[in-house]
Amino acid sequence: MKKLHMIALLLIAGTTVFAAPAPLAVPKASGPPQMPRYRFENFTTANGLPDNHVYSVLVDGDRIWAGTENGLSVYENHAWKTYTTKDGLAHRAVLSLALDKRTGDVWAGTMAGLSRISGGRIDSFTQLNSGLSNDVVYGVSVEGENVWVATAAGGCRFNIRTGQWTLYNERNTPMNEIWVYAVSATPTKVYYAVWGSGVLEFDQKTGRWDKYDDPDGENEMVLFKDQGLIHEIVTSVSYVDNILWAATYFGDSRYDGRYWHNFLTKDSGLPSNFTNTIKGVDAKRAWFGTDKGLAYYDGVNWAVYRPSLQDGKPEMTVRDAEGKVTPIAVTTAPAHNYVLGIDFQGDDLWVATAKGLSHGIRQQK
Amino acid sequence: MRFRYQTRIEMLRAAAGAFLLMAAALLVVAIALRPGQIVLAGEERPSVENVQYASPLEVLLSPDGARLYVLCQGSEEIRVLDAASYAVIKSIAVGRVPRGFSLSPDGARLFVTNSWDDTLSVIDTGTLAVVATWPVGAEPSSVLEDREGKRLFVANRISNDIAVLDAQTGVEEKRLLAGRGSSYLTFSPDGSRLYATHVYPNPSPHRTAPESEITVIDGSRAVVVDRMPLHEIAGVFHLAFSTDGRLGAVAEYHPKNLVPLAHLEHGGAFEDTLTVFGADVGKPVEVPLDELERYAAQPFGVVIAPDKSRLYVTSGGSEMVTVVDVPRLLRFIHTHPAPFVQDLSASANYVVARIAVGMNPRGLTLTRDGRRLFVANRLDDTLSVIDTRTNQVTSTIKLDGPKKFSALRHGEQTFYTARQSFQGQIGCANCHIDSTFDGLTWDLEPDGFGRDIVDNKLLEGVKGTEPFKWNGGNPNLPTECGPRTEKYFWRAEQFDDLTRADLVLYVRSLQPRPNRWKLPGREMSPAQERGLALFTRDVDKFKKPIPEYNRCSYCHSGSKGTNQKLFDVGTRKSTDNSGMLKSAPLTGVALTAPYLHDGSARTLEEIWTVYNPEDKHGRTNDLTKDELNDLIEYLRTR
Repeated sequence: MKKLHMIALLLIAGTTVFAAPAPLAVPKASGPPQMPRYRFENFTTANGLPDNHVYSVLVDGDRIWAGTENGLSVYENHAWKTYTTKDGLAHRAVLSLALDKRTGDVWAGTMAGLSRISGGRIDSFTQLNSGLSNDVVYGVSVEGENVWVATAAGGCRFNIRTGQWTLYNERNTPMNEIWVYAVSATPTKVYYAVWGSGVLEFDQKTGRWDKYDDPDGENEMVLFKDQGLIHEIVTSVSYVDNILWAATYFGDSRYDGRYWHNFLTKDSGLPSNFTNTIKGVDAKRAWFGTDKGLAYYDGVNWAVYRPSLQDGKPEMTVRDAEGKVTPIAVTTAPAHNYVLGIDFQGDDLWVATAKGLSHGIRQQK
Repeated sequence: MRFRYQTRIEMLRAAAGAFLLMAAALLVVAIALRPGQIVLAGEERPSVENVQYASPLEVLLSPDGARLYVLCQGSEEIRVLDAASYAVIKSIAVGRVPRGFSLSPDGARLFVTNSWDDTLSVIDTGTLAVVATWPVGAEPSSVLEDREGKRLFVANRISNDIAVLDAQTGVEEKRLLAGRGSSYLTFSPDGSRLYATHVYPNPSPHRTAPESEITVIDGSRAVVVDRMPLHEIAGVFHLAFSTDGRLGAVAEYHPKNLVPLAHLEHGGAFEDTLTVFGADVGKPVEVPLDELERYAAQPFGVVIAPDKSRLYVTSGGSEMVTVVDVPRLLRFIHTHPAPFVQDLSASANYVVARIAVGMNPRGLTLTRDGRRLFVANRLDDTLSVIDTRTNQVTSTIKLDGPKKFSALRHGEQTFYTARQSFQGQIGCANCHIDSTFDGLTWDLEPDGFGRDIVDNKLLEGVKGTEPFKWNGGNPNLPTECGPRTEKYFWRAEQFDDLTRADLVLYVRSLQPRPNRWKLPGREMSPAQERGLALFTRDVDKFKKPIPEYNRCSYCHSGSKGTNQKLFDVGTRKSTDNSGMLKSAPLTGVALTAPYLHDGSARTLEEIWTVYNPEDKHGRTNDLTKDELNDLIEYLRTR
């Protein structure tokens, strides 16, 4: 009985004191909320891509880099150019991409090493020829003179200036598993998405590690909403404006350093809990790449862009704060519902999917 | 006509005795240099110590042409001369081993890279005083300010990059990836593009042709926008543009390290070349400077006349300036399909003169009217002044310094000159660029063609690391530098005892450059400390004792990291005659990729991740990846 009281107290506390701030009230207007609309132009092998399976996408000014299963392609001046292992790429399958904005160099995580593309020259780092911890590079992020890498055997930091590799694994961090899926590095914090081991946080100033786990452990059951990270199997992280956005295969989370806010299909506009990638726009807004379409959250409302799950026809839906879902008439959609990568080009959007790369061109109306 | 341009040093042999005492017992040594140049008498030579030569490496003219700035690497100063009278106006002390310098576009500031200090000296050309010293990257080798005076670009040889600094504060903004051994910079005449070269080849697969590049940087955005490939090139030096920007030319070495060195008598060791590019050329073309019996060994500096009529190249090993007729060169290029780089008759179509200058000519500069060409002769402390209308040296400016050459200096001259080799093709410095190494593997003849491929080694700190050669076949440096070099490298027997002794003296004097991975004092980073513990351990991670011969610290013992003994570390290849190899010194090991006796390991990691399957090259297979990284972090401090 005492225990039940405690749980009840915690429940109350959880919904009052520790709850995330309620979404800002949105003035009621007629019709669904105004959410961004796009005309999607899709690229496949039919118009220049080396493979339809696109793992990653990176916007580099006017250039678009696409990491595919058969090479790294760059779209420039309306034409694709593809780099392969013959050019020095570590492996044909390019899983992740990052831009060093200061130098213009592109870093590509592949199935067999990390490649640096600089002025057309490709240098590749592997677990045999360098300090890289493992050749399967799921994620990469550049911050200052450090390249942060997520691999199948822990995380790494490569200092471009000194050439030093620092490895992060179960021996020197609170990482329980070493299957690291993604990394988001900023001058203040670095976050690793660890498959089965939550989110790992590195404080750049103090050099200390912290760890965020699902309070329910590995159970699929959520006892307390917004109690903590939604699940241990974390697939993607994005740290923007001091906000951590984390994607898992069982829902997504937003963390502001004090409060967690979780997103599940049952209580949000998320089209699927199975989320491959997440990319924060700012503290309030984020994009979600799931196995059932591309989603956008503006802090209150949701929009989903996809080929219809029923008939494959282009579909856009908007879900307002009250949960009302409104279909929006559209004529285009991303190339596929299985979304693996997202990047922004001004108001436009680039989306890597399992069957092509999509350019979402923002429409004014 | 043979060796028309070549100087001859004829020294009488010294009496017997230890080489440091030899000087006192010498007969008169008459060195017949060209008229107007230094003549040495053979009386007592200065002691090795306390002798500081100017060693002019680079030369610049002020924008108004009134002053001549000379970068003196040996005396570590900038000498400012009156460009008309050649009188010294001032000597300005800078940092250790300065290597490159340039004027700001307005001429108000002179920037000097101090390669052993990792600093940049900023000199006010009004007061001729150093007004700032800024820290920069590892082994800064040249510097340029952009046209707007906003940014400085510094080529760092060891960190293989180009640092971008705020031109007013010296604060570093970023580093751009350059070629390996990033060293020389040139802006296109309109200032829109920066071109960077590098002295060591970029990493490439084992026993494949070396690859180099010209790194092209957008001057306004300070990002790399292109890399012009230079196939089969290892050693790229100065680059120059015509004033209209339509013609670029870069001085470079084209080694033939994939064929046996025995082919020297067939012109088979190096081509001394230019790669020319730009709108006048079309696709970049490599053009030879050599001619049979007239080799342009170690091309270094290049300038193009303002009217684009002539192009001048210094050749440090051949002690000459090659004069190229540009219109004839372009005509030749457009009428002869490339490649013709191995055609020793090609240069006769466009080389119109080969002007003998001083010893080890390096930097050069033209007056604005193109009438006078100044050449810095590093190893005899002179500047040659060439009248470009007559292609004659009209005067030789002697820079203040010791009047006589020491034995050490003579050894250094011997190291750089190509005159000792068959037809004057190569010198020691061809493979030991700036007395270091070249990043290449070679097939040296005495072991049989295609046998015993060897990685070229760093010479710094070589004293006390005998025996030499990877198989330990040469017991000492006199053997290494004498009979071996003469017979197998030079294909000539021209060393007299004194010259050989002086060469050995010079090689033994080469000190390791400052190690950039070491922290101040004796402090070590945590990773380095962990690596040291692994280096010195005598039990493995399973608590099993490691036999003495299989400990890192046994074979690589002592301050230089070698116990000077031979071991079989399991790296023998099918082309090797023996698996017994000398434990290699660790001096500067971070710099000298590739590794192992045959250069098959492209990185330090590969020594153990690829080439140590039997755990014979040290007990390492029990290590985790992060432990191996720690070991390497420690090794880099050696």
